[in-house]
Amino acid sequence: MGQRTRPEDNAVTLTLRNIAKTYPGGNRALFPIDLDVAEGEIVSLLGPSGCGKTTLLRIIAGLETADSGAEIRFKGENMAALPVERRQVGMVFQSYALFPNMSVRGNIGYGLKMQGLPRAQIDARVDEVISLCRLEPCAGRAISALSGGQRQRVALARAFAPRPRLLLLDEPLSALDAVLRGALSDELAALLRAFGITAIFVTHDQDEAMALADRLAVMSQGRVAQIGTPEALYRSPETSLVARFFGNALPLGGRIEGAMLHLPGGSLPLAAPAMGKLAFVRAEDVKLAPDGPVTARVKAVTFLGTHYRIAFTGAAADELFCLHQGTSAPRPGETARLTISPQSILTLNPEKSVA
Amino acid sequence: MRIGKVLQLSVTLLAAAFLLVPTIMSVLAGLTVNYFQGVRSGLTLQWVVKVWELYAGSIFLSLGLALACLAVTLVIGVPAAYALAHNPGRASRAVEEFISLPLAIPGLALALALLQLYGSYRGFRLSWTFILVGHVLYTLPFMVRSVQSVLAAIDLKTLEEGAASLGAGPARRFVDIVVPNALPGILAGALTVVMLSIGEFNLTWMLHTPYLKTLPVGLADSYASMRLEIASAYTLIFFVMIVPLLLAMQWASARAQRITQ
Repeated sequence: MGQRTRPEDNAVTLTLRNIAKTYPGGNRALFPIDLDVAEGEIVSLLGPSGCGKTTLLRIIAGLETADSGAEIRFKGENMAALPVERRQVGMVFQSYALFPNMSVRGNIGYGLKMQGLPRAQIDARVDEVISLCRLEPCAGRAISALSGGQRQRVALARAFAPRPRLLLLDEPLSALDAVLRGALSDELAALLRAFGITAIFVTHDQDEAMALADRLAVMSQGRVAQIGTPEALYRSPETSLVARFFGNALPLGGRIEGAMLHLPGGSLPLAAPAMGKLAFVRAEDVKLAPDGPVTARVKAVTFLGTHYRIAFTGAAADELFCLHQGTSAPRPGETARLTISPQSILTLNPEKSVA
Repeated sequence: MRIGKVLQLSVTLLAAAFLLVPTIMSVLAGLTVNYFQGVRSGLTLQWVVKVWELYAGSIFLSLGLALACLAVTLVIGVPAAYALAHNPGRASRAVEEFISLPLAIPGLALALALLQLYGSYRGFRLSWTFILVGHVLYTLPFMVRSVQSVLAAIDLKTLEEGAASLGAGPARRFVDIVVPNALPGILAGALTVVMLSIGEFNLTWMLHTPYLKTLPVGLADSYASMRLEIASAYTLIFFVMIVPLLLAMQWASARAQRITQ
């Protein structure tokens, strides 16, 4: 299991124990998962499609049931047996699921209406949330008259208005186009911080996860591979999967003997002996150096403005990429020398094969 | 090019005339003093009044039946369509086919089956509810299908999950989310049901009693036993009742179509 960097100063709000999901056919979508979320913390479930992240989120929401033996405790109270409508969790759906038969105000006020609040209180709270989400210009509009970004904010406002104990977001930005997504992920991050609410959100996008989350849980094939802050996951990934998925580390191949890595193009020193492990490196840590220990052939060079992206062959088992910052770059076909600092080479255990 | 257009126009007009002229003739016949002498004999409303005197009961019975039929198909059909849309699968398809069976079976056969099964319960057999049962059997599939197609076009599951996450229980979700979003389908289905019920003849002719004649049965009766002008005036009344319904139905189904696409 992954390392837990739990903020000690905050009380644990949500405790998940033994959350597993087996489909009737015997397919296992989730292997038993434990997770603690602190008050006010924003946790992202990150992973490729089909890794079980949405299933886990839907189990927390109460939209799916976990295998027996699961515990979903909220400040000590077990919610596992409660139906979704009594869990008091706010949910933002991937498609937003806004009610087309209601106006923006109607959508945002619906949860408050379900709580049986008097009209005046509902109106006051709806106004408050509308101004918080800066939705004043479209408060009276029909849902069909909203842009994608506005829909996303209405969905967030609707989930947040009834003061849920927990906010769950399922790929909140994936329905938007790429340009809008970048701008809105900052905005969403700012709103979630302003709400000060405990939130769990699912995404397959690493940048989105880093922009929004305090902690990330990288998931793969129904298991949590590692949980930690973005920095921890990037700097010290525990498995090759995390290294590859989070920060795009490339396998170097070659052979490790003691504290030396022997590659087809030369040998590199490691920070520590790492017998039986695999070596990985990120493109930004590969440096061109006239006296570098590794010799490689330039296969392709792409100019990307701030840097060059150079593909090398002959250095490692597969192609090796280098992000080179400089005013000039070698040409394809030339031979170049490379170096990688010992601290930048990640040595990880080979992937466990998943049953 | 020009000849083509002229030809097109004349064929269209001819076809329209082929359909319209008998209708106009029939309407005129209901308003002329003596059909065999033609319009020259003068126009009159006496036949319409006569029809009203003779068959007002039929008109009210038909309207009452249509409304009762509508109420029953709404109460049964909308939840049924919801249940079918909610649980797609082979069992649902089988139920759907089963509901639609009365469409494939001739109304006469359906009426015969009803008579065989319930004919001996005299109170029921002589009551208007006996005809109502037939009409409900015949119109229910139209309501179910109309509602179901609108429900299938919207992402009902996620909308309901959204409402549930905001604290709405199953009954609230049905009232607040399902019904309003299915409304165009319900409206189109309702108008179809009312129209079919008012116009239904096959079944009703088998099930009716001398004291319970619906509008179409009365029409057949007037054709068989009254003078031609009265039968034609009867047709006129029928038109006046059914045409606004037809227009309303087209409007409603156009609205439903906009949602479905």
